[in-house]
Amino acid sequence: MGAQLRLLRRRIRSVKSTAKITRAQELIASSRIIKAQQRMEAAVPYEREITRAVSAVLSNSADIDHPLTVAKEQPASAGVLIVTSDRGFAGGFNANVLREAEALAGHLRARNVQIKPYVVGRKGITWHRFRSRPMSGEWAGFSDSPSYAHAKEIAEALVAAFEDDNGIDEIHIVYTGFVSMLTQDVRVTRVLPLEVEETTEQPAEGPLPYYEFEPTAGEVLNQLLPRYIESRIFNALLQSAASEHASRRRAMKSATDNANELIRVFTQQMNQARQAEITQEISEIVGGANALADASAGKE
Amino acid sequence: MAKLRIGVVSPEREIWAGEADMVIAKTVDGEIGIMPNHAPVLGVLVEGGVLRIRRGDGDDIVAAVHGGFISVANNDVSVLAETAELGSEVDVAAARDALQRALASVEADNENAEAQIEAKRARARLRAAGEEV
Repeated sequence: MGAQLRLLRRRIRSVKSTAKITRAQELIASSRIIKAQQRMEAAVPYEREITRAVSAVLSNSADIDHPLTVAKEQPASAGVLIVTSDRGFAGGFNANVLREAEALAGHLRARNVQIKPYVVGRKGITWHRFRSRPMSGEWAGFSDSPSYAHAKEIAEALVAAFEDDNGIDEIHIVYTGFVSMLTQDVRVTRVLPLEVEETTEQPAEGPLPYYEFEPTAGEVLNQLLPRYIESRIFNALLQSAASEHASRRRAMKSATDNANELIRVFTQQMNQARQAEITQEISEIVGGANALADASAGKE
Repeated sequence: MAKLRIGVVSPEREIWAGEADMVIAKTVDGEIGIMPNHAPVLGVLVEGGVLRIRRGDGDDIVAAVHGGFISVANNDVSVLAETAELGSEVDVAAARDALQRALASVEADNENAEAQIEAKRARARLRAAGEEV
């Protein structure tokens, strides 16, 4: 019995120290979500404006055939940008992204398109390395607070591969979108070639005016499209960073709750064991005393 | 008279937003001044340019703007800069330092395009801060 008591004490101690770690992780993640959310919001005006500018150019000049907007009839290969996190401890965050990326790869393969993965985040990179799958590009070290320079670096590599004749014909992004503290969903979007939508519907703010271009519409588009891609990628990185913190917070919260529950159960078991030990000791003493009393009574 | 509604934004934050009477920016074709009721324009800005926002009352807002676009429509002016900095936020000593370093590398290697752009940026930052260069 004494051995079990010691065992339980040891387990409680170890679960308690785990709970301390997960609790700290939870608090860190919750403070970082707010920062990540603020960065997401700060990036909104630029995204809105650049989207407006791109639609303005495209709607003004129907005859422009920019290489970035032309879809190949039979795409041979597609680049898939997979945004994962650098660190684990975030529940199903990375597994969900990678599963969705696999599903997309399956779809593309069914259309006879070759997949070229571009991976962001250490977790995604090790996932690919472990399965010895070649990656066309990998970036790590900034998944929890990406800067625009990182997005630019990634966009440059992707656009260069897209413009190369032997490179990729499509670019997809798989990332985790941040809806709220409690909801994040994995999203798959195609960034290139851009879809030029011919709609007869009027945009919400009324028809776009007829712009003059400095210097020319083609030149503006040349400059604008890479910036637009950068902004899309930056948005994906920011959303993914916020989602990473949110799912880490959730995972760490349930780990802490679970540890506290374990501590409760173990404490109960420990008290039971202690009680049993005391009861046994008392009955041994009483039994011993009775035996002594019986023996001396028999002598007399 | 109508006023211009202006937003200066970079990918990481909104730098300045407000109303003004005139905006002067430097596009690749040359300087362009925008006043209220200007025709819609979409222009490409130069690397290391200075953006000047004139307000009738109060001081001008000056910002160093590196690359990006200006779009004007219906008295809405948006300046999309890759990086931008208000003149009042510029660290003059650091910018001078950067300019010196960039000039030194340009001198050492005339083909060094990166250093030339760096020098342009530093000059724009100093000019935005109201320094003579």
